[in-house]
Amino acid sequence: MKELAHRALDTARVGGAQYADARVQQTRHQEISVKRAQLDGLIQDFSEGIGVRVLVDGAWGFACTSTLSADDVDQAVGSALGIARASARVHRRPVDLGPPVTSRGSYKGRVAVDPFSVSIGDKVALLIEAEQLLRSEPQVRVAEASSECTHWSKLFVSTEGAEIEQEAFETGAGIECSAVDDDEVQKRSYPNSFGREVGQGGWELVEAMELVGHAPGIAEQAAALLQAEHCPSGRKTLILDASQLALQVHESCGHPTELDRVFGTEAAYAGTSFMTPELLGNLRYGTDKVTIVADATVPGGLGTFGYDDEGVEAQRANLVENGIFVGYLTSRETATQLGLGRSIGAMRADGWQRIPLIRMTNVNILPGDSSLEEMIAETKDGILMQTNKSWSIDDRRLNFQFGTEMAWEIRNGKRGQLYRNPSYAGITPDFWNSCDAVAGPSEWRMFGLINCGKGQPGQIMRVGHGASPARFQDVAVGIA
Amino acid sequence: MISQQHDLREISNSVLEASGAEHTEVIVTDRDTALTRFANSEIHQNVSERDIGVRIRVVNDHRVGVASTNQVGDGALRDALDRALDSARTQPPRPDLPPLAPPAEVAPVPIDAATAHATPEDRAELVGAVCALADRSGVNAFGAVSTGVVTYCVANSNGLFSSSPRAVAHLRMVAMSGDGSGYADRTSQRIADLDAGAAGAEAIDKCLGTREAQAIEPGVYPVVLEEYAVADLIEYLSYIGFSGLAAEEGRTFMRLGEKVTGDAISIWDDGRDPDGLPMPLDWEGVPRKRVDLITKGVATGLVHDMSSAARAGVESTGHGLPAPNPIGAMALNLFMAGGEVKSKAELCEGIKRGVWVTRFWYVNIVHPKQSQLTGMSRDGTFLVENGKVTRPIKNMRFTQSVMEAFATATGLSRATKLQAGDDYDFTPAYRVPAMRLERFNFTSVTR
Repeated sequence: MKELAHRALDTARVGGAQYADARVQQTRHQEISVKRAQLDGLIQDFSEGIGVRVLVDGAWGFACTSTLSADDVDQAVGSALGIARASARVHRRPVDLGPPVTSRGSYKGRVAVDPFSVSIGDKVALLIEAEQLLRSEPQVRVAEASSECTHWSKLFVSTEGAEIEQEAFETGAGIECSAVDDDEVQKRSYPNSFGREVGQGGWELVEAMELVGHAPGIAEQAAALLQAEHCPSGRKTLILDASQLALQVHESCGHPTELDRVFGTEAAYAGTSFMTPELLGNLRYGTDKVTIVADATVPGGLGTFGYDDEGVEAQRANLVENGIFVGYLTSRETATQLGLGRSIGAMRADGWQRIPLIRMTNVNILPGDSSLEEMIAETKDGILMQTNKSWSIDDRRLNFQFGTEMAWEIRNGKRGQLYRNPSYAGITPDFWNSCDAVAGPSEWRMFGLINCGKGQPGQIMRVGHGASPARFQDVAVGIA
Repeated sequence: MISQQHDLREISNSVLEASGAEHTEVIVTDRDTALTRFANSEIHQNVSERDIGVRIRVVNDHRVGVASTNQVGDGALRDALDRALDSARTQPPRPDLPPLAPPAEVAPVPIDAATAHATPEDRAELVGAVCALADRSGVNAFGAVSTGVVTYCVANSNGLFSSSPRAVAHLRMVAMSGDGSGYADRTSQRIADLDAGAAGAEAIDKCLGTREAQAIEPGVYPVVLEEYAVADLIEYLSYIGFSGLAAEEGRTFMRLGEKVTGDAISIWDDGRDPDGLPMPLDWEGVPRKRVDLITKGVATGLVHDMSSAARAGVESTGHGLPAPNPIGAMALNLFMAGGEVKSKAELCEGIKRGVWVTRFWYVNIVHPKQSQLTGMSRDGTFLVENGKVTRPIKNMRFTQSVMEAFATATGLSRATKLQAGDDYDFTPAYRVPAMRLERFNFTSVTR
């Protein structure tokens, strides 16, 4: 593979490229889902190929091939060069990548149990056992259990001399069920929504979830939600569990700090950002309880790696420090454009056939000094919301609305009744400036988000978020 | 060329011949696509993609196994087949496993060679045209032009072999200036149909009209929804409610035979209608049938794959995704009947105070059984006063039951417009009119 990748660089140089990189990637992916006590979905994918990115006359071109032969790679490079020349026809500002990146190294994600070494039969048996327990409640009409595992490996080389090999496993599982009556459908999920929770690691992550042990409780909650009161409307103290806070961070801090959005290159699709450069260092994004970092080095995250897809070494960088907006997720090109000196290493592609874009790595809110129980005990009139169900935010990442699977009334420091169809809404900086408590390290954990969409053609990225429960004052709840 | 049919047949035949399973199915998807992206009136991303996917499904003794690969050498196909057979071996049997599809005649869709083989220069020319227009108007252009062809082929051990290509050209543009932004897009099976001048002028005109927008109070307003906004809602209706599986699981707003929305609303799916983006077969090889989903406000049909059809005791309607899958069937070629209103301006007539929405953004599901969605307006939101568009307003969030809102429809445009959804694994298509609704609930305003 190295030979082919270097051949691509040589061909690009000869063809007039000022810069070129080649990424050979191989991905093996398995997904299993179980419904009605039987296998309901099965995916076993294998994909490999090479993508070549070239700069000619200051403009980008990219082409790829799944056929790893010298002729096909030559053809892909020729295509990339032609595309770059076409780009240069409608181009104003030559791309400046800043200082060269000459990384040479490797990365291997930690894994205890190779998830592909566990037989499909054993996986299906585990999932069927959990799924049957979900259906122990008569009102549960739909139950599903699923698992997935991925192994990816990639080789990156560039004309600047970078040469990097990386590989990791990603593994996860989850259960979910819906209780249904004539007018309602109420869903509960464990350990997270979106079907399952995934992290970088092996089958040990699934074993630690104890799906079977949690299934009866999840089913009971779904059934109980059918009878629960509708979430009241008004302005209240809001406590979010860690998984919902992780998604809040994703939508209202991760996306608006993507510097490509700020420069407009996602304007027609994903949108732009309210976090513009003149606000860097000046915007009070949140209270001093709020510190949010992009950390590609934290173990176990779906945004953990050794080097990004431009060869930039993994880093931890502050985005929001004690409430002040201080940093962006960057590429080499955008970091240079803003005069930042170097990229924080956030360029990622979802496969060999796609160019890297600025993506979240692990965007984590750092733990505070409170606890969920302390936050509840201190709250006179509030709501605790758990597990995301619905999410939406405007194209500048200001106006958001989230729904969660369940909520609890908090009255005079104690949990009260269960609420169904909870939701809350707000404006990003107002919301984070109402944060008065974040739970401490013992309640902080990493979450994996496997469906982050961005770019054209669409790319689905897997990103990580570390979070613990947090509390917000005077929030609009019960919108829906 | 991989995409010539005899080559796809050769690939599928080689798997079928090598498989010793009781039943075998092969899906081959050959993708040759390209996309040129522009921002700030210059090209900033320009990519092409060539990939082939081979997905093999085997069934032995009611046990199913699946594996896929993007390598088509004999060794790679044999490896994928072995993985599928191995995975079937370790399954518990599934007694209700539906049969593979029977042989069927499917006429491949004729495709436009200029679209299938468009060059980077062809796309740059379209981009250059809209950027030049933007320059002349003092605004910036953002967007993408995509072209290409995807060929689908399904073969199985029942003797089925069906294949069809699908070529699509798409221009999407946002014009921006200060706080103003305007949207336009064009989708066609023929790149020559993409009228960059008209799309550019539409986006630019809207951009110039949205500067210095002011907020209005959230609340229930009459609305005029342009076709872009209507398609955004229809896309989610399909996702949450039009499948047999959704009905079986009791999570849809569709109650067959009952009135679910207003008389003016008729929605159907037709994968063979050339006015959409035809794809005449599904991923189980079943020819796509027209399914009338909502007829004059009454829920009249659901889409099925082989699995949900077998459980419901009906025939597949040809809306299967690659099986087995937990999602169920999907309506991907949707049409909504137009009305009698000659122009979008005419839709505003008689509105005392209402809202004009160009498009929605980040629509998501709040309550599937009530067809309740939330989302934001974007790139062209205006106040309508005394029957006329008067001034731009800040983008607003809606939280609304779509069936309830459609029940208040008092006008639909005679003309319909073809819209393409986001392209991840496949591109859904929607041909819809613009609509006037008397009640639409906006719950907040953005800054």
